[in-house]
Amino acid sequence: MSDKPAIVQHNPWQKLRRYTDARIALGRVGDSLPTQAHLEFQLAHAKARDAVHLPLDYELLQQQLSVFRLPILTLESQASDRACYLQRPDLGRLLSEQSLKAVADFSEGSKQGYDIAIVITEGLSSLAIDKNASPLLAQLLPALAARQLSIAPLCMVKQGRVAVADAIGESLQAKLVLILVGERPGLSSPDSMGVYLTYQPQVGTADSKRNCLSNIREGGLSSEDATTRLLYLIDQALSRAYTGVDLKDETEVEQHRLGQNFLLPSSN
Amino acid sequence: MSQFGTTLGYQRYKFDDLATLLAKASPLRSGDQLAGLAASNMQERVAAQLTLADLPLKTFLQQPVIPYESDEVTRLIIDSHDAKAFAAISHLTVGDFRNWLLQYQTDAATLAAIAPAVTPEMAAAVSKIMRVQDLILVASKCNVVTKFRNTIGLNGTLSTRLQPNHPTDDPAGVAASVLDGLLYGSGDAVIGINPATDNLQAVTGLMSMLDEIIQHYQIPTQSCVLTHVTTHIEAIGRGAPVDLVFQSIAGTEKANDGFGVNLAILDEAWDAVKGLNRGTLGNNCMYFETGQGSALSANAHFGVDQQTCEARAYAVARRYQPLLVNTVVGFIGPEYLYDGKQIIRAGLEDHFCGKLLGLPMGCDICYTNHAEADQDDMDMLLTQLAAAGANFIMGIPGSDDIMLNYQTTSFHDARYARQLLGLKAAPEFEQWLMKQKIADESGALTVTDQLPPAFSSQLTDVIGGD
Repeated sequence: MSDKPAIVQHNPWQKLRRYTDARIALGRVGDSLPTQAHLEFQLAHAKARDAVHLPLDYELLQQQLSVFRLPILTLESQASDRACYLQRPDLGRLLSEQSLKAVADFSEGSKQGYDIAIVITEGLSSLAIDKNASPLLAQLLPALAARQLSIAPLCMVKQGRVAVADAIGESLQAKLVLILVGERPGLSSPDSMGVYLTYQPQVGTADSKRNCLSNIREGGLSSEDATTRLLYLIDQALSRAYTGVDLKDETEVEQHRLGQNFLLPSSN
Repeated sequence: MSQFGTTLGYQRYKFDDLATLLAKASPLRSGDQLAGLAASNMQERVAAQLTLADLPLKTFLQQPVIPYESDEVTRLIIDSHDAKAFAAISHLTVGDFRNWLLQYQTDAATLAAIAPAVTPEMAAAVSKIMRVQDLILVASKCNVVTKFRNTIGLNGTLSTRLQPNHPTDDPAGVAASVLDGLLYGSGDAVIGINPATDNLQAVTGLMSMLDEIIQHYQIPTQSCVLTHVTTHIEAIGRGAPVDLVFQSIAGTEKANDGFGVNLAILDEAWDAVKGLNRGTLGNNCMYFETGQGSALSANAHFGVDQQTCEARAYAVARRYQPLLVNTVVGFIGPEYLYDGKQIIRAGLEDHFCGKLLGLPMGCDICYTNHAEADQDDMDMLLTQLAAAGANFIMGIPGSDDIMLNYQTTSFHDARYARQLLGLKAAPEFEQWLMKQKIADESGALTVTDQLPPAFSSQLTDVIGGD
């Protein structure tokens, strides 16, 4: 549908939309939003809400991950359902007893530990993992293998928070743990994935000891760029033996400038 | 040892200390449940409210919820208490205080006179036994006016912060949102941007950009880049055009430490920005943001419920005679405020408590996509806060903050509230809107298919001829 100009006052600065994704120049009816802009917003919100509540198909994810030819563990946090997950971040950070045992049992078999453990959890957006986890790993894992780094089994955690990776990494004796997590969905980006890196993970690790890449999605940070930056952070973390606020991401990322401040004479 | 208690029927309810009593009396919210402080059932909550209602206000001066010795916010609250002003209400219990606030005789002047006598805990306590209509009515009687380049908080006005955020701080992207906002009559509280980075050069670049826009179009408003207070101090040192210093603050010393601030740092920043004397009508030059749950999320709440912690943050704000205090009510997420009902009540409590303490309160009426809330909930809170006389709200294109990934009130939303309740922007800004041919005397927008003259001459190249 489109709104009839006779009723709706459109704004003459719609061309400025090329400079921003912000919802500018929406027009108005009286002081209010025109019907089309109002319903477009409702659709965007519905997408973001569904992304939060859509359960991740872990069987499908397992199939996707199987191409990487690594053992896969299916684990769960102590958050029993979605409502619990949203209200009790503390429980999302803890592995269930059964899952703790499953990880411990696995690490029994391999005494020497690993260089890197990789954990995957839907976090606040299953869509983010569904769309972005496999494409990222498809680029990252071969690069890690080329560096002759040992990789622990891929761990899928249902209803996990970032810190759930600490217990897993600790139990698997991994030097470095990565967790791929669905981020808080934005209205215009319901499918954004984050990756957190923690060196020498232990239960109770402070968040300031982690590094993070966020906004990995189509239209955000591409999986190619994310892989480049992750490899930089992984190499640095393993050689310096730490992650966190002291480890700065110094990879050069092209900052594309959209334009100047056109509200002022160009002499400024 | 339980100091407080009441009997309902055959059931005896006991509350070990004042913090427990306040927490159990607090209307249900997920953050208090997460902290293990909430009442275990509805009757226990009302039992706590009944017990609280019988408590003399003096008790809060005698029994700080966080010890005087270990917390500088408690010391600030106790040391700055105005005993002389307190004489008017010192004989009241919490329940009496609610009645006293609601009676006809308690008008704006009366409320202003007792503001320095009210501690955050007294305000929090009485709010816990007030309904939504009480929170609205009493707040609407408070009148807190502040000035920098315009006058904010006058009766019959509702101001807006124009929030032109952009994920990469791109100058053209920011400018597009600034223009959109100005042409919808937004920006009289402040043009305030959340920068994507704390990098000093980037921050001072934004400060200059906003300042140049304000100067070029002679807009009677002020700018702010919402970066850390220490970055502001550095920027001022380098001669950047700082109108308002911003900082997020909380209600305990440890929680403030988590934000990297304390009273000494805030004092230093306040001195620095006051000295610039950039205000033309007044020199209220601090901008604070707060929000329920910040103390708990820093594990710095010491068994005190999140609403009481929030009110304590207002004692910190009060020390600096700020231009604006903004409770960012729904930003923190559902683990602290689960749904629309909890967000709405929290927003009204914060506004009430702040106003009672004499602060220029506004509200970021907002939610995240993982909270059980939607635009309808925000419309309810917006309408109620506008009725309650909130000093300002946010304004953003189409409610969608593409940088912070949350939804707040749009330029249109503010116009709705103004139209509905006959509210205006700050008078100096209202004059500017008329002069620029953006709005007419009634406040209605007049921009149609042509940009107003001052903008069309500047924007010919980017807008082009359609």
